[in-house]
Amino acid sequence: MVSRLRRPVPAGGASTFAGGLDHFRGLTAARASPSVSQVIEVEDLCKRYGDTVAVDGLSFMLRPGQVTGFVGPNGSGKSTTMRLMLGLHAPTRGRVLIGGKPYRSLREPLRQVGALLEAKSVHSGRSAYNHLRWLARSNRIPLARAREVLALVGLEAVAAKRAGTFSLGMSQRLGIAAALLGDPPVLLLDEPVNGLDPEGIRWIRGLMKGLAAEGRTVFISSHLMSEMALTADHLIVIGRGRLLADTTVAGFVEANSPSWVRIRAPEPERMRSVLARAGIDVEGTADGALEAREVAPAKIGELAAASGLTVHEVSVHTPSLEEAFIRLTGNAADHQSGTWHR
Amino acid sequence: MNPARAQAVLAAEWIKICSVRSTAWTLAVTFLLSVSLSYVVGLSFRADFSHLPPQQQDSFDPLFATFYSLTIGQLALVVFGVLVVSSEYGSGTIRASLSAIPQRGLFYGSKVLDGSLAALAASMVTVIVTFFTAQAALGPHRTSLQAGGSAQAALGACLYLTLICAFAMGVAAILRSSARALGILLPLLFLGSQGLGNIPKIKAVTQYLPDQAGMVIMHLTGPPGDARFSRPYGPWTGLGILVIWTAAALIAGYLVLARTDA
Repeated sequence: MVSRLRRPVPAGGASTFAGGLDHFRGLTAARASPSVSQVIEVEDLCKRYGDTVAVDGLSFMLRPGQVTGFVGPNGSGKSTTMRLMLGLHAPTRGRVLIGGKPYRSLREPLRQVGALLEAKSVHSGRSAYNHLRWLARSNRIPLARAREVLALVGLEAVAAKRAGTFSLGMSQRLGIAAALLGDPPVLLLDEPVNGLDPEGIRWIRGLMKGLAAEGRTVFISSHLMSEMALTADHLIVIGRGRLLADTTVAGFVEANSPSWVRIRAPEPERMRSVLARAGIDVEGTADGALEAREVAPAKIGELAAASGLTVHEVSVHTPSLEEAFIRLTGNAADHQSGTWHR
Repeated sequence: MNPARAQAVLAAEWIKICSVRSTAWTLAVTFLLSVSLSYVVGLSFRADFSHLPPQQQDSFDPLFATFYSLTIGQLALVVFGVLVVSSEYGSGTIRASLSAIPQRGLFYGSKVLDGSLAALAASMVTVIVTFFTAQAALGPHRTSLQAGGSAQAALGACLYLTLICAFAMGVAAILRSSARALGILLPLLFLGSQGLGNIPKIKAVTQYLPDQAGMVIMHLTGPPGDARFSRPYGPWTGLGILVIWTAAALIAGYLVLARTDA
């Protein structure tokens, strides 16, 4: 049960795809960092569709300069929240402010917020270039920028092809190009790695971290906690439309999945009683090892030595972010595995 | 309203219209159907004229033969109008559009204005070419643009086609689906071309349908002076009735867009 995804890669400076990041910097950053850093405030957001409550009293704040992961199981209200943030859906209650203003009052919003929605939003008969061309024109973004972002996402060669002929991964890249079109200080991306191949996923991680390192506000939703572990600095976790956690990645694991110590000894029963006398609860595992929570490994060693016991292994195990996530959202998930059989 | 912003949105919507194949197709079909049918109709009147009863020969209106084909050609123009609006919904482009232009009135107004301008341009070309093609086919029974009523009918035809296209855009905005909008508009307009507004018992109502009211100015409702085809309103009032239908459809379409989650 030990995950390889113990801790996120340090955020900001380090990139998993340094070459791609340099490439990207040269293309997007006409200025070193966005002139206006935008704080996003989500205040008591509620959305009801008939009898269904999709988002239920959600409040959080997004800050510039970091990647915030927006995580929750499928159907937990992530996409609805994104649509509410973009003013596509009207909230039943509450509001979202982008730099102090609701999205619907932004004059040329693509210059302030770049968004990628999970649902498709490109006419299948229009070429990639023409899609970016009308978007650019509508927000008075120079046309040359459309070519730039096409190059950035690697779609130059198919710029004149109709979007309907694109694979899922190519469509996703076109959506990312559209989000970057206005060189916005805020990026809202709904499930950006969907449909991307491993190289594309690495590329997007590097891109997001680079954008945050430039001082932008980057908000990425995903139903995969493991993905967020590699990309995000901060986490907003929701389930059934409610806020479950608003914390750093490390803080999230600490709060939701305490680490444990695994002990292997040739005389487990004696070991167990020694530990019990010291007030340490242990559980036996199937392979004969012992597990203890909330104890320092040094303490185990000292107790064993004092009692003259041999110890073969004392190791600290930290649960993966994924395990912590499942533990937290398990109660809040709408479609829990296994419930079918009951 | 910031004029530079409005100009940018108008330009963006124009790029959208010009960058899909359906635009060229539907407008070309409007033109080709109208022109070619007007030639066929003109020729058949010319060939059969001597066989018509004298009473019908006396009341023959060359403008009816000239513009009749527009009632078929308009179907393609209506498809154009519907697609301009409903392709946003079918393709999900509406989400990109409203993200780029969250001011929904500005977005909708620009789209309708651009679509109507395209329809007006296509209508003017279609009407002029249709007019002269029909006269060539009618031969001895032809009329001219200088003759009484011709210029008014031709101008009315351009306005009629543009208004019917704008009406279709409004209906598409209300129904938010090409299938639903065309499912209502095409049968209605096709029946209209077959004389829906002249059927005795239901005429009292059907003569106020948008196309039936608007087509009076094109001399398409029947020979003047015949009680069976007379309408309780004149050509410009008829066009006015179409304007009211169009405005109502466009306003209702806006209200749907303004209140619906995209």
